[in-house]
Amino acid sequence: MSDNAASGDENDRPGLLAHRCPNGHLTYPGHPCCPECGETQTETVDLSDRVGEVVTWTESTATPPGVREPNTLAIVVFEVDDQQVRAIGQVAGTVEIGDTVEAVYVEQLRDPEAGIREPDSQRWDGYRFRRVD
Amino acid sequence: MDVAIVAASMTDFGEHDTWIRDLLAEAGQSCLDAAPLDREAVEHCYVSNMASGEFEGQTGVMNALAHDLGLIGTYTQRVDQTSASGGAGVYAAWQSIASGASDCTLLVGGEKMTHRSTGEATDVIASLTHPVEYKHGVTLPSFAGLTARRYMDRFDAPRESLAEIAVKNHAHGAMNPHAQFHREIDVQTVLESPIVADPLRLYDFCPITDGAAGLLFCPVEVAAEHTDDYVVVSGIAGATDTHVVHERAEPTWMAGVAESGDEALAMADREIDAVDVAELHDMFTILEVLQLEALGIAERGEGWQLAREGVTTLDGDLPVNPSGGLKSKGHPLGASGVAQVVELYEQLLGGAGERQVDADVALACNVGGFGNCVTTTVLEGAR
Repeated sequence: MSDNAASGDENDRPGLLAHRCPNGHLTYPGHPCCPECGETQTETVDLSDRVGEVVTWTESTATPPGVREPNTLAIVVFEVDDQQVRAIGQVAGTVEIGDTVEAVYVEQLRDPEAGIREPDSQRWDGYRFRRVD
Repeated sequence: MDVAIVAASMTDFGEHDTWIRDLLAEAGQSCLDAAPLDREAVEHCYVSNMASGEFEGQTGVMNALAHDLGLIGTYTQRVDQTSASGGAGVYAAWQSIASGASDCTLLVGGEKMTHRSTGEATDVIASLTHPVEYKHGVTLPSFAGLTARRYMDRFDAPRESLAEIAVKNHAHGAMNPHAQFHREIDVQTVLESPIVADPLRLYDFCPITDGAAGLLFCPVEVAAEHTDDYVVVSGIAGATDTHVVHERAEPTWMAGVAESGDEALAMADREIDAVDVAELHDMFTILEVLQLEALGIAERGEGWQLAREGVTTLDGDLPVNPSGGLKSKGHPLGASGVAQVVELYEQLLGGAGERQVDADVALACNVGGFGNCVTTTVLEGAR
């Protein structure tokens, strides 16, 4: 697995989609109803073309089958119209708390065949976070 | 109806050559042997277990246990709340008696894990995560690393303070004949052990464990007819937090622990100050700190000071994890919440040997996921 962005067809990329309900609550990922108020979420905001800030990070060395080792992970917070929304993801390179990061598309974040979860049950592409200098 | 616990048992925790059915039957049989009620009295038989199908390819373990213990005819169910399955089983057993549905309920929690590699076992546990977490290779230990870094940064907690919790719980576990580890460690050992999820190291984490534990429940009036040695479940409550961990506004606040703790104490009509001894879910050292704060035992941002100041050691004002906790006793997922109550049963009845503390009111907090599901139980000596 490379730290570089795999190209692929840009139209097939999932985006890093935060979901919004009519009351303005924002979550990533989306849910059948808003965890805050129970309304149906009706809009999406793509976080993949925005920058966020690192809340915390870890470098995990005891990783499960099919996961890169070490696996650096971060929780990142994005500001969207005065609302905060957070996402977790792998890190490309290194980060510190407070760093500004951008999302970099990766075709396969872990080997879908190696772990316990049914490969067809979910997507395996997504975004790593990379420090913006 | 007030609910009593009249017998408790556990297997040794550690590595066993036997399998889940054997472990459950061993703990279940020991519990029935210790009980003042006859086997024929058992009406419900529950098993707390997270993943016997995933670990071993053995499902239907509650029915297997009922057959193996000669309890055919009883109502059975398997209770799964991941790492909190044990606490959820205590809740289910309490409900069965309190509602009048059963006059005698056997609960056995167990897990068989050590035949799997660390990576495989970690993956079975990580399968509780949401797809957006799982695809990044997020594990429960990595949540602990993320949260510990945030906590240390926000509250200026020194790294050593987390190591001191591992040192304390290993010292307690060294006195527990059923514990996986009987070895005292020092802060240096923790700080020099291999990194697992930076800033946390090997000795900040509980081991992978095989084991089982059992409890027998009945109405207080029935208990009082048969024995003086019983404890009362005076408060119990469960709660949830988000499934997706990063959706919590503040990763260092365990809202499910706070909610279940408050409700359990309210039901017992007790303040947190009344608690004399506690078993907390120290799957990772940082979790003991976060539970001390969410339960109101420590002020926000100060939970890291309690082990350091000796408050939570065996001879402190509020001993926490006298059993050695998950850290030293071991963590066979479905057994852990049951084993917490086994320890408190022994403490309240004066049967804890070298680890005995002076206690009338005891609290157990059992956590699944990274605080995703929680059950808090308040136990008291017979009144």
